[in-house]
Amino acid sequence: MAVLEEYYDIIVVGAGHAGCEAALACARLGLETILFTVSVDSIALMPCNPNVGGSSKGHLVRELDALGGEMGKNIDKTFIQSKMLNESKGPAVHSLRAQADKQEYSREMRKTLENTDRLTIRQAEVSEIVTEDSVISGVKTVSGAFYHGKAVVLATGTYLNARCIFGDVSNYTGPNGLQAANHLTDSLKSHGIQMFRFKTGTPARVDRRSLDFSRMEEQKGDETIVPFSFSTDPDSIQKPQVSCWLTYTNEETHKIIRENLDRSPLFSGAIEGTGPRYCPSIEDKVVKFPDKDRHQIFVEPEGLYTNEMYLAGMSSSLPEDVQHAMYKTVPGLENVKIVRNAYAIEYDCINSLQLKPTLEFKKIKGLFSGGQFNGSSGYEEAAVQGFMAGVNAAMSVLGRDPYVLDRSQAYIGVLIDDLVTKENHEPYRMMTSRAEYRLLLRQDNADLRLRQIGYEIGLVSEKDYQKTLQKKQDIEAEIKRLEHTTVGVHPQVQEFLEKHQSTPLKSGTTLSELIKRPELDYFMLTELDSERPDLSKEAAEQVNINVKYEGYIRRQKQQVEQFKKLEKKRLDTEFDYRQIKGLRIEAVQKLNLYKPVSIGQASRISGVSPADISVLLVYFAKVDINS
Amino acid sequence: MMMRTDTIAAIATGLTDSGIGIVRVSGDKAFPVIEKIFRRKDGTPIRLEQSHTVQYGFIFDGEEKLDEVLVLVMKGPHSYTAEDTVEIDCHGGILMMRRILETVLKAGARAAEPGEFTKRAFLNGRIDLSQAEAVIDVINAGNDYALKSSVSQLGGSLSEKIKKLRGEILYQIAYIESALDDPEHISLEGYGDELKAAVERMEGELKRMIDSAEFGRIVSEGVRTVIVGKPNAGKSSLMNVLLGEERAIVTEIAGTTRDILEERIRMGDISLNVADTAGIRDSEDVVEQIGVSRAKSAAAEADLIVYVVDGSVPLDENDKEIIDMIRDKKAVILLNKSDLATVIDSEELAGLTGKTVISVSAKEETGLELFENELKNMFYQGELDFNNQVLITNVRHKEALEDSLESLELVKNSILQKLPEDFYSIDLMNAYARLGSIIGEAVEDDVVNEIFSRFCTGK
Repeated sequence: MAVLEEYYDIIVVGAGHAGCEAALACARLGLETILFTVSVDSIALMPCNPNVGGSSKGHLVRELDALGGEMGKNIDKTFIQSKMLNESKGPAVHSLRAQADKQEYSREMRKTLENTDRLTIRQAEVSEIVTEDSVISGVKTVSGAFYHGKAVVLATGTYLNARCIFGDVSNYTGPNGLQAANHLTDSLKSHGIQMFRFKTGTPARVDRRSLDFSRMEEQKGDETIVPFSFSTDPDSIQKPQVSCWLTYTNEETHKIIRENLDRSPLFSGAIEGTGPRYCPSIEDKVVKFPDKDRHQIFVEPEGLYTNEMYLAGMSSSLPEDVQHAMYKTVPGLENVKIVRNAYAIEYDCINSLQLKPTLEFKKIKGLFSGGQFNGSSGYEEAAVQGFMAGVNAAMSVLGRDPYVLDRSQAYIGVLIDDLVTKENHEPYRMMTSRAEYRLLLRQDNADLRLRQIGYEIGLVSEKDYQKTLQKKQDIEAEIKRLEHTTVGVHPQVQEFLEKHQSTPLKSGTTLSELIKRPELDYFMLTELDSERPDLSKEAAEQVNINVKYEGYIRRQKQQVEQFKKLEKKRLDTEFDYRQIKGLRIEAVQKLNLYKPVSIGQASRISGVSPADISVLLVYFAKVDINS
Repeated sequence: MMMRTDTIAAIATGLTDSGIGIVRVSGDKAFPVIEKIFRRKDGTPIRLEQSHTVQYGFIFDGEEKLDEVLVLVMKGPHSYTAEDTVEIDCHGGILMMRRILETVLKAGARAAEPGEFTKRAFLNGRIDLSQAEAVIDVINAGNDYALKSSVSQLGGSLSEKIKKLRGEILYQIAYIESALDDPEHISLEGYGDELKAAVERMEGELKRMIDSAEFGRIVSEGVRTVIVGKPNAGKSSLMNVLLGEERAIVTEIAGTTRDILEERIRMGDISLNVADTAGIRDSEDVVEQIGVSRAKSAAAEADLIVYVVDGSVPLDENDKEIIDMIRDKKAVILLNKSDLATVIDSEELAGLTGKTVISVSAKEETGLELFENELKNMFYQGELDFNNQVLITNVRHKEALEDSLESLELVKNSILQKLPEDFYSIDLMNAYARLGSIIGEAVEDDVVNEIFSRFCTGK
């Protein structure tokens, strides 16, 4: 039977946040790319929360932007409220979050895709991957059409064998009732790929008109909006914002939940997938924190086009009637009208330990994957993986070296290293605590860390790159100036110090020493500093952080050096660890299973102890000396 | 990969002439190698012998009979290296041991690198890193206390203590991290004070361990001692008595780090390393000879100053100068020549100097036990119990403890400066890692190989 046959450089399966980044990266790098989706209308859909960023996720978006990804630019075009979180804490944990207009977000991304050269969008369900001698050669769709490709990126999100559940109702659909993809799992399994089943959930969407906001706390956006993208002019996005609202559950809510736990598919066993510990449903929270008499609920608009509002913090898979009852106990929600009820979704994903740090499958050359398909959760986590998978797929087709970010370079590096190194039995969510070197990996310096790499990849324009170089120069010059500008014991200085409850000077000092005082900073010192150059706000902020926290930054850099020593000790991924008798049996098994690329990676595998690592160090040091 | 299973050999006993010497051979070819050079009446190949048996015969270099030997046969994995091992017990002359080693090497073994036997034991899973390190400490132990302390570390008393401290630090790190991740449910209010108290508690423990390191050094290396006194006070005769006694062991250590000559006097469990003894022994006029300033600088570095006073003549200006010099030091005054008529009252002298005064006679060799007991009191504060007290005798451990203490100090500083909590974890992490390096729980590349480089060949 005749079938459709087409040829591409790159095939991307799935047009969610991962797939979009992958397809854009490949097409922009000059490769003929086709992007498959089960529904063109659902490109870059946000089926859960209506925001981008947040604690540590905001870091991911800014890093992605610095590398040349699209998410930051897209949210800058479509946000309706923006907020820098954790400003009372240290600069490492400041994190940007924006409320998105969901439809606008999706539409803008679609527009970008549709106007990218060499990018073809195709609505079809991919049902098979095709390989020859463990090398990918293309994919087939349900209709039998055969698409040849030099590399394939899988980004199927939560669609594989998806099932949505609330109470005892279960629908075999993807999110929002979209068509699930029910064939690809079998094909992957037949290629020896190990699959997991994960679960996640989403809260109800409710009608704005049924809410009493007078009983909630208003959450406004920031007065000065900071863009996500380093390419966005901050002045261009200052605009009126909508508010979110904060309310709380109470004992009444918890009582209803407790009384109906037996009807929850999570506890009854009807859901077999593992859910995210760090994004728990309300019933999980009530069970896990029995002492807490309330939990936060953020009521967030889904967009300017709709009255629907999202009840953040209250995802659930309890039956419909219980949902109605429990939501109504929350202040402001007494008369709530639910538009879409909360549900849990179960889906197939892979055991991500089957991937190399490049996100290529160890077993199948040319097959890459990203996003929730890899066992992560969240739009931002998906986007960065999609981007890296796309870049490395492109590199493999172009015959260039792959790009792997390490844990000291980016949250992206932490995320991917965790996925390919640590056993992960629940949807992986990015968190601040996962990044060991977070004082260096701040959201405010993502461009200084990663623009160069984005430029080398070929996804950052000359203009943007030069802008970063200039900024870097300005910062360095200003830091140097502050270190060399002395301040004498003048009445004006003493007066200034007194005004800010700072100890008066006994002898002369430098401006940078003054900035280091806990009660002072770079900006406050403006009045003592007549020769201050006119720096951009962003550069000035870098100067302040780098001078103020100089000691901490230096010590963290030393930690990184120590870390890099073990990362640089490369391991042969073909090595058989049974040769080393001093390793414990569990370590031999794990090392042989994962085949880490470095001693550093080996040290992060659970089941490989520090003692095993010292054995590896001595063993391989010996090889170095003698060979 | 060949080198890992190749066969290594070395002289395992000290390179001095002695009754018995041992040449150790380990590796896959240990038995074939020995069979080439070992001959005996019944001619049974060594490999057919049972493990842990002793075989009698002769070592031959070609047709030349070298020595009459006993061969210990140990089959892997039941040996120190967990490999096939033979030890040749031969006659202990340096020349003979070298000849036998050469013969073994000719037969197909390779000369072992320093520490290579222990490294193999480690790579083959026989011992872990901290045990390997304790092995070297046991080998280098200078006296009984040092030995007991090393053996106690081998048993894990140090690691227990470190593990407990690390557990506490980890708890604090984890608390900060979980509060960062879940601020809704985990509060940091008042946490700074709580952490500060915990940090101070841990600092106290670290300080005690570091203090014990100073003591540990004295235990393992000996007390750095300077003997001062006027000419004719009897310094040299005292030295000679101490050195000449049968209980004293004298070794001459050509200074590797300092260009002065030291002699080691062992008094019971304590070793005194006496600096510039050559000067003292050759001449009575040390103070004049090296000058008071030189004596001062030597005294500044010393753990102990022994001030010898001639009890038969009154104190003069020189004595006053010396008394000033030792005022803030650990010092013992030996009132010598108690056999003669004494013109100095020992209690008066004690009052004047604030030091213990012991009457001795170098000539009649009296009062020396009192001196020894006083040293014990000064340095060991009575009897030591190594089961309860962790004693740091290893320089690497001490440095790690000091680094950890410094990191905790920085944490405290951050709390006092009211920095946000996420800053605390940087230095907590450092303290955690440095403590881990002591017990091999944090891997530091440089440390691992350095440990083996401290070994001598043959171990």
